[in-house]
Amino acid sequence: MEEKQFHEFSVGNLNVHFLPSTTYKTNTLLLHMRAPLEKETVTNRALLPFVLQSGTKEHPSRQEIRKALDDLYGATLNVDVSKKGEYHLMSFKMEVANEKYLADTNPLFEKGMELFASVLLSPKVENGEFDSTIMDGEKRTLKQKIASVYDDKMRYANKRLTEEMCEGEPFGLFVFGEEESISNVDGSSLYHYYQSAITNDNMDLYIIGDVQVDEMKKLVEKYFKGIQGENRSTDLLQVEQKQITSPKEIIEEQDVQQGKLHIGYRTNTTYEDDEYFALQVFNGIFGGFSHSKLFINVREKASLAYYAASRVESHKGLLIVMSGIESNKYEDTTKIINEQMEQMKSGNFTEDDLSQTKAVLKNQLLETMDVPRGFIELEYHNQLTTKKRQLSHWMEEIDKVTKEDIVQVAEKIQLDTVYFLKGKEETKDE
Amino acid sequence: MNKVTFDQLQETLYHEVLPNGLQVYLLPKPGFNKTYATFTTKYGSIDNHFVPLNDKEKVRVPDGIAHFLEHKLFEDEEGDVFQLFSKQGASANAFTSFTRTAYLFSSTMNISENLETLLNFVQKPYFTEESVEKEKGIIEQEIKMYEDNPDWRNYFGLIASMYKNHPVKIDIAGTVDSIYKITKDSLYTCYETFYHPSNMVFFVVGNLEPDTTMELIRNNQAGKTFEEPQEIKRYFQDEPESVAEKIVTIPMNVHTGKCLVGFKDQKPDRQGEELLKHELSIQLLLEMMFGQSGENYQKLYEEGLIDDSFSFDYSGEQGFGFSVVGGDTDRPEELGKRIAGMVDDFIQKPIDELQMEGIRKKKIGYFLRALNSPEYIANQFTRYRFNDMDLFQVIPVLESLTSKDMTDAMKDHFLTNTQMSQCHVKPKG
Repeated sequence: MEEKQFHEFSVGNLNVHFLPSTTYKTNTLLLHMRAPLEKETVTNRALLPFVLQSGTKEHPSRQEIRKALDDLYGATLNVDVSKKGEYHLMSFKMEVANEKYLADTNPLFEKGMELFASVLLSPKVENGEFDSTIMDGEKRTLKQKIASVYDDKMRYANKRLTEEMCEGEPFGLFVFGEEESISNVDGSSLYHYYQSAITNDNMDLYIIGDVQVDEMKKLVEKYFKGIQGENRSTDLLQVEQKQITSPKEIIEEQDVQQGKLHIGYRTNTTYEDDEYFALQVFNGIFGGFSHSKLFINVREKASLAYYAASRVESHKGLLIVMSGIESNKYEDTTKIINEQMEQMKSGNFTEDDLSQTKAVLKNQLLETMDVPRGFIELEYHNQLTTKKRQLSHWMEEIDKVTKEDIVQVAEKIQLDTVYFLKGKEETKDE
Repeated sequence: MNKVTFDQLQETLYHEVLPNGLQVYLLPKPGFNKTYATFTTKYGSIDNHFVPLNDKEKVRVPDGIAHFLEHKLFEDEEGDVFQLFSKQGASANAFTSFTRTAYLFSSTMNISENLETLLNFVQKPYFTEESVEKEKGIIEQEIKMYEDNPDWRNYFGLIASMYKNHPVKIDIAGTVDSIYKITKDSLYTCYETFYHPSNMVFFVVGNLEPDTTMELIRNNQAGKTFEEPQEIKRYFQDEPESVAEKIVTIPMNVHTGKCLVGFKDQKPDRQGEELLKHELSIQLLLEMMFGQSGENYQKLYEEGLIDDSFSFDYSGEQGFGFSVVGGDTDRPEELGKRIAGMVDDFIQKPIDELQMEGIRKKKIGYFLRALNSPEYIANQFTRYRFNDMDLFQVIPVLESLTSKDMTDAMKDHFLTNTQMSQCHVKPKG
């Protein structure tokens, strides 16, 4: 297997990671702006990318920006906010068609990059304030977005579990910020925050495209020279590990057809640790796939659920189990899930389970590499920790994991919170 | 083996029809690690009324049976097919739509074994009374998961308001009541009728070598015996041209309301290039009316009637076709009225040629982006094939569309008086 390597260079304090590639019919730009998750800034950060994509000096409205994107053969621009461990990320992504596949010789990629950079660096600002129409629109949208989390019961249960489990920890903050803080934000305070973020955030720009390295350097230098070079703190966050005395149980009632059971554990193992790969294999045997213990025992054997799965949060060190069940099957299901966890801790799985899970994990990694976004996400882990791991390293480390390693990792896993959203009795006949 | 090259796109497609009638397509994607394969039958949730293979009388089967069959096919005499795929480093899945059931895997290793497994498990049904009963609990939970999902309820609520008789209005998974009527025997009846190779397409895309891959599939199929291909007789009740109901409201346990507006095709009998042209025209028109670069979107957004969830789409197959516009809103009635008003205004004016050029470019760019995705290519190609269309004609047809084509499609499709329905989701109580 050939190892694809990003070329690294910097422009001011922008870390650029460039991968020349002819595999795709589009070129991709993805910028992550990273800062610690904090109550004081979480709402500003949830709002800012959406305000920035709604008007630049040259294209002063959302409509004008979208027109400019359409003219670049439907280039896409998406912004988003997310959590990675206790970092809060603002992300900007653009994909633009490679002109090689078009009967058109316009330099689409360069024009796309120009537009991308202007969204970031020359927003529509007057008298030190973002435009008030844009602010009003985006504040309203954010409020609606927060309100509608309630409507998606899986997301709602996930949010509630995180709030309960990580109460008082930065990770307990909701990625879209706090509803009650939105009205305090205005065009002036947000612009002020913007200036601070653009100076202090860690910025990583990933580019995958059909361009030569030298040419790419020139382009990035030309369009991103506005990012000034203050020295940014590259200190990595230290995540506190909470001590659990006894697990929490939270049961909430709502008018729903299906109960949502979400269980949170502390893994006490993160990406930073050498045992991280054993944790990945653990999760694969326990609940990550359709051959895993949870799927087999909760779904296939007991017919209790359509989905029963687990996933790992790599940087905070959490393991989350999710399943949708009948409200009166709460005890039955938690009993089975607990049993499966105990089986893992006592090493009750076969060599076949182990090799099968390794094969699927390695396959998943290789498949991830076919998608520009997946490739970037794997690479971005390396920015968040002192560990610098390439794909080949992942593959080797997964292969090395033994049954004993998994049992050791399993023994460190602690149940923290069980959250159950259950249906009300009278909802039977509608 | 036939070979077609698409120079501008730099793609090569290999194709063969096997003696048993199976259509096989291969599309190598240099630079990709993974191989993605789909095995699809032209059989979906709408095919609930038909003459079983080697039979004379037509039968009506319980709602949700195509989807139920999809679940059950993963069970083999030796056990669970998921297990086998994962031992071979593959991830397998399946889905059922209105008109298709597709089985698939993706993998970066053991490709020959995985291809064999896919071909074999789909062609070897194994249903027992016991396993059929067991599946009911699982599917019941799947149905309940969707019942709590307001977007799903809104979408199916809208389809049910547009269609009076056509089975497209039935939930793909059926209802809790209907799935409990499904038996081992009814599953075999459906299987025997619709899983004949001549009713199926096998598509492989990604990391592959065409000659050896085709050889493998050819040999696998030659080793099995099938009945002679027969024409499948499917029945659909007559469907009125206009919509069944203008407006439907669903109260749910939500905080934010939703509004979807639908337009129903009057004569959904297009196939081949005619359907492709119609579909692309409607998609361009939707972009022109409601795309983010247009005035309407800007207005609705500034008025606080829509947010980022606002979207639109067109779906068309033989027998049904409709477009859908809408999203989250705290004022569903008002948004519905505004959308209808904007459509009325739009169709009275001539097509803005300049805007049309911009949107045409945008669609071409989107199509190129979609070609990065093996999943998109395999699934869309198969859907197009079942409707006598060709995925690789999308760009030429987009380039050939004239403002007259657009005007014709618009006047036929966007009729707010007779072809429009709305479905609103509102917070309960």
